[in-house]
Amino acid sequence: MTLPSDLKDRFPLLSQIVNGHEIVYLDSAASSQKPDCVIDAMNNYYETINANVHRGAYEIAAQATEEMEQARRRIASFIGCQSPHEVVFTKNATESFNLIARSWGGSNLSEGDAVLITDMEHHANIVPWQILSAEKGFEIRWLPLTPDGLLDLDQLDQLLDGVKMVSVTAMSNVLGTLNPVSEIAERAHAAGALVAVDGSQYVPHLPTDIQELQADLLCFTGHKMCGPTGIGVLWGREELLDSMPPFLGGGEMILDVRRDGFTPNELPHKFEAGTPPIAEIIGLGAAVDFLDSLGMENVRQHEIALTDYALRSLNDRYGDEIVIHGPSDPLQRGGVISLEYRDVHPHDLSQVLDQRGICIRAGHHCAKPLMKELGVVATSRASMYLYNDESDVDALVDSLESAGEMFAL
Amino acid sequence: MSGLEELYKEIILDHYRNPRHRGELDCPPAHKTEGFNPLCGDEVSLTFLIEEGSIKELRIAGQGCSISQASASMMAAAIQEKSIEEVRDLTREFKAMMSIHEETMTNADQESASAAALTLGDLEALKGVVKFPVRIKCATLSWNTLLTGLDDLDT
Repeated sequence: MTLPSDLKDRFPLLSQIVNGHEIVYLDSAASSQKPDCVIDAMNNYYETINANVHRGAYEIAAQATEEMEQARRRIASFIGCQSPHEVVFTKNATESFNLIARSWGGSNLSEGDAVLITDMEHHANIVPWQILSAEKGFEIRWLPLTPDGLLDLDQLDQLLDGVKMVSVTAMSNVLGTLNPVSEIAERAHAAGALVAVDGSQYVPHLPTDIQELQADLLCFTGHKMCGPTGIGVLWGREELLDSMPPFLGGGEMILDVRRDGFTPNELPHKFEAGTPPIAEIIGLGAAVDFLDSLGMENVRQHEIALTDYALRSLNDRYGDEIVIHGPSDPLQRGGVISLEYRDVHPHDLSQVLDQRGICIRAGHHCAKPLMKELGVVATSRASMYLYNDESDVDALVDSLESAGEMFAL
Repeated sequence: MSGLEELYKEIILDHYRNPRHRGELDCPPAHKTEGFNPLCGDEVSLTFLIEEGSIKELRIAGQGCSISQASASMMAAAIQEKSIEEVRDLTREFKAMMSIHEETMTNADQESASAAALTLGDLEALKGVVKFPVRIKCATLSWNTLLTGLDDLDT
């Protein structure tokens, strides 16, 4: 099975003309485009059943609640989870990590404890721990990388000593590296630590099964997987989530409120204070339906082939003039290609590409500690998704040269 | 590609390829100030020597895109030997050209900015940046960094 060749037609934005050129969208690691069915599902909610959830007894309120909870069930099933109440809706993966740090970390970490993260984490999985560490005085340790951009697992066991939580990305948003999460989880569990996984780049691109990952917590975000912005997910094992205190307080997250205190609601509502982003949740439900209909294994195979094509095209054409970070084997990585071309600064490169309608990301990709490891302040990053094809890669490859002519020193 | 030519004027590319006043001065007697562009990670480090209320010498270190490097290089060329007050005026004038300063600009600012109007010279070449709003921060990085450095002198 392969993906339909006319997939771009399902994404209204991808027929836009930008700066006189048909858009070439190569920034899906930052945010993906949205298919018609996701936009329709959100419009339909607003046009036909817009009402607050878990409150009103009237028809459209009941329908809105049912649509939202149905989306939760479909999202749970999308990640191999049998218990939809283990799926907590957040604003994004960043909020999911802040929830973990504040709620679990706040009640479990103190001086003498340690949290292990890695050198390839996004700021979302660094800063929440740093904020808490400044209060609680626990140590943050960093698992280093090998020269080819993999995690150096030889150092894992020794670093695990005294660690209560290992928080690791399943796929780097800079290097594209796919990390052996289940192996890390086995070793972390053996050492008595819990495992939280950043699935922001992984869940949108590969078949995801929480049993297989063996993680205790998984964070991901809707807008990178064909869904809308403003909706993220925290999945956690029931007994773990049950043991964690509430994160944000307010409506929806309580069973009872008295003058002398409150009783928190049951899962997942305990962690969902206030009116949820209902349209966004329904939109994300439509997005996972769309991904399911394509088949995540097909999505992965498409991206392996396209990544292979991109790496070969760039290396064949530019050889020593180009540095591509991360693993060279497409099976070890996702479709995220961070590159340096001659000595052209990423800002200038992306500006020249923009004139041809090509959208890539220039910057530190919210991974400044990794940038420092790589010895750069910024990279240019092209990232691919199910709607990209070889013509997008060709446009990128062809356009690098003109940027070089203009800016090479 | 006309839009690009407006942004990347020849004089800008010249300053980018051949940056003036690169390096670092010994601190002390020089003062040091650093700036970051959190969007792209660009860094600039300025060291400058004050003598009798004037910037005797200024050197630039750090890395960045063509716009930030050219702007820093042109700034260094423009402010050598100028009094701190003149440098502040020029900075106001430059930031006004970058049009991010308008809402907070007081009458006094506007007066001093127009008094400095004739002094921008080559810096006018950076005017095209305004049409590319995400790049404005690149152009103003070294200027804001210098302002911070001058403010630190007062405290």
